[in-house]
Amino acid sequence: MIRARLTSYALTLAALAGSFAAHAEEDGALSGWRQLNMTQGVTAISRNVYDLHMKIFWICVLIALVVFGVMIYSLVKFRKSRGAVPDVTLVHNSKVEFVWTVIPVVILVVMAVPAARTLVEIEDTTKTELTIKVTGFQWGWNYDYLDDGVSYYSHLDRASDHARELTSGIDPNTVEHYLLSVDHPLVVPVDTKVRLLITGADVIHSWWVPAFGVKKDAIPGFVNEAWFKVDADKPGLYRGQCAELCGRDHGFMPIVVDVRSKEDFQTWLKQKAAAQKQAAAPAADGTAAAPTAP
Amino acid sequence: MADAHAVHDASHDDHDHDHKPHGWRRWVFATNHKDIGTMYLIFACTMFFIGGAMAMVIRLELFKPGMQWVDPQLFNSMTTMHALIMIFGAVMPAWTGLANWMIPMQVGAPDMALPRLNNFSFWILPFAFTLLLSSLFVPGGAPAGGWTMYPPLVLQNGASFPMLIFAVHMMGASSILGAINVVVTIMNMRAPGMTLLRMPLFVWSWLITAYLLIAVMPVLAGAVTMLLTDHFFGTTFFTAAGGGDPVMFQHIFWFFGHPEVYILILPAFGIVSEIIPTFSRKPLFGYEAMVYAVASIAFLSFIVWAHHMFTVGMPLAAQLFFMLSTMLIAVPTGVKVFNWTATMWKGSLSFEPPMLFALAFLFLFTIGGFSGLMLAIVPADYQYQDTYFVVAHFHYVLVPGAIFAIMAGVYYWLPKWSGKMYDMKLATWHFWLSTIFVNVLFFPQHFLGLAGMPRRIPDYAVQFTDWNMVSSIGGFGFGLSQLLFPYIIWKCVRSGTPVGARPWEGAHGLEWELPSPAPYHSWTEAPSDALIAKGAAH
Repeated sequence: MIRARLTSYALTLAALAGSFAAHAEEDGALSGWRQLNMTQGVTAISRNVYDLHMKIFWICVLIALVVFGVMIYSLVKFRKSRGAVPDVTLVHNSKVEFVWTVIPVVILVVMAVPAARTLVEIEDTTKTELTIKVTGFQWGWNYDYLDDGVSYYSHLDRASDHARELTSGIDPNTVEHYLLSVDHPLVVPVDTKVRLLITGADVIHSWWVPAFGVKKDAIPGFVNEAWFKVDADKPGLYRGQCAELCGRDHGFMPIVVDVRSKEDFQTWLKQKAAAQKQAAAPAADGTAAAPTAP
Repeated sequence: MADAHAVHDASHDDHDHDHKPHGWRRWVFATNHKDIGTMYLIFACTMFFIGGAMAMVIRLELFKPGMQWVDPQLFNSMTTMHALIMIFGAVMPAWTGLANWMIPMQVGAPDMALPRLNNFSFWILPFAFTLLLSSLFVPGGAPAGGWTMYPPLVLQNGASFPMLIFAVHMMGASSILGAINVVVTIMNMRAPGMTLLRMPLFVWSWLITAYLLIAVMPVLAGAVTMLLTDHFFGTTFFTAAGGGDPVMFQHIFWFFGHPEVYILILPAFGIVSEIIPTFSRKPLFGYEAMVYAVASIAFLSFIVWAHHMFTVGMPLAAQLFFMLSTMLIAVPTGVKVFNWTATMWKGSLSFEPPMLFALAFLFLFTIGGFSGLMLAIVPADYQYQDTYFVVAHFHYVLVPGAIFAIMAGVYYWLPKWSGKMYDMKLATWHFWLSTIFVNVLFFPQHFLGLAGMPRRIPDYAVQFTDWNMVSSIGGFGFGLSQLLFPYIIWKCVRSGTPVGARPWEGAHGLEWELPSPAPYHSWTEAPSDALIAKGAAH
């Protein structure tokens, strides 16, 4: 058994050496050498975040070039083996020390201003057009369209759920969107400021969709707010995962958001509301009304 | 007083030079700072390999997508236990061990101030970790809610829950006692003439670390006690249904947790500040600035805690405050890195193993500092939080940061401890293998985090395969190359070539004025003022 596994490891390794990034890159999900950086995402906020990320990154690279440059120069130039004689009087220099204290302060202020501006934007949850309550539970998500009487659960899809079992014998590469696919995605319209009210049912979870630049903890007993507005020209499926350790199956409660045109969304919402109303009808007979799957 | 000691010692010279008890009594009843230091270091090394073995399980499972080896629950236990063992079992005891060995020697004292307390603080640890490790075998398995022990999740642990709480209490008690001993030793046992601003940087950084420990360990104890009463006695400190607040735990935990991060790294700053001047053959640049930088980092560590929890939904003003205070830490940290660089500038450098590890520290800790700066930017942190980017960040500051500094310290002082030189060629191999593999291991994790891979997951989407594989290969390489470390030490103690009092020509400080191996009771007679002045070459 172990030997078979090791053989399969050797084969995968060979594949890795042969063609790095040979995996199917679905939905623009990059891998290997093309997977080195954050992606820009599909909202104005996610692009702002990306810009901040790049700005601070380049500042770090710049400082690194200078500092590592001086270090490497010293390592090469002042070697004892090359006859370097130490200048033991060089132990203090107020001017230099002042400069290298002040310059970082200036850089930090330069960085803090745009970061604060973006943060203020992120925290502005006014003028939202659609409110959805998101509840994390062990292990999945519940989406509740508060104004429209639509509510349903979202779980890891079956194909992934089978393949992820310890002795499944299923190659994850053969499963479509392995671990990033759900039975019922969250459906939202494009170009609409969608507000999420996020909470947890049992333990703390965190709702994260990288393409939206949204990550917010789902805490039992508390309601957190977050919002996103997907670009008008970017309908599609966006994937994320729970980002707060929440127990055994923390790695198996993905998030999929199905962003549709406004018309398609309205059609979907109406159908869904009608279907749920119908399904809930027997509740009048005394059974509890439960949110149902479409 | 010191004279009386010397006379007393001399009169017994002929039959028992050191008055040391023999056999198991020497260790169980140990009151000698060197014996206790040795036990701390051996304990730390043992825990390093146990925690490392758990890391190997993690990297094995993450080698490729799909679940191959362990159940998700066991995987979570591995990440939880790996962190607890490495932090409380490996790094912190290693620092206390080094403090035990070096502080008396460096301040001109015969021993630590409180030898029996010293014995107690060490002997708590094996019991604490036996308890913690035995939780692997109880119903429900070892703690699996993360080392951060966030409620309500941590309350779902089975029989391991009270074991975890009690073990953490014991570790905290041990740390507090050890810290008290360090403070009292430094404050009361310095030789006359060893003024505070003549103390070596290692002593300074440990003094500040000890104060941090005394300040925050009780906070952790309080937090875990509240967890305990929530679980067993019906309180609802952290349960919203009873009027409590799960986020409050995070605030309390990180009020301990952030200073804890500096508890793990400040002594590293001290060691690197000893080693770089020695092998640059030049005094440390900006000694006083270095002391003030450590002190300001320690102060700032108390007002940045919430940057570990930006996504919990704090008010805007709080987020801005914690962003700015966090960014501010870059200033004193920058001062330290610049001063180390300036120490090498116009020096006369040679590259023995301690210097190699100190240099790796300098470069790689700085990389960890850069990612730390990035993490301070709140909107960007929303994307980085709880991803492999964070994993990469804190492993860069803890592995090539804290652990490389511990290894640098051991390679620096081992000749003083044992009186023998180790196999430098083999130690250089240890350095290169460690440095190359640590980067193969952790650098790709930056990419994974930025690409969207959350941390603490046992399995992942297939687009994350490549870099996980690379990271795992680095992990196995790193893990295997660490086996060289105890071997090199063992070989040195058994058959190293004898060395003189000052095996490194550029070394300054009181410890190098003692013979090698250092006598059992370090400074039975206080060193002269001239000797102290010679050591404090700044």
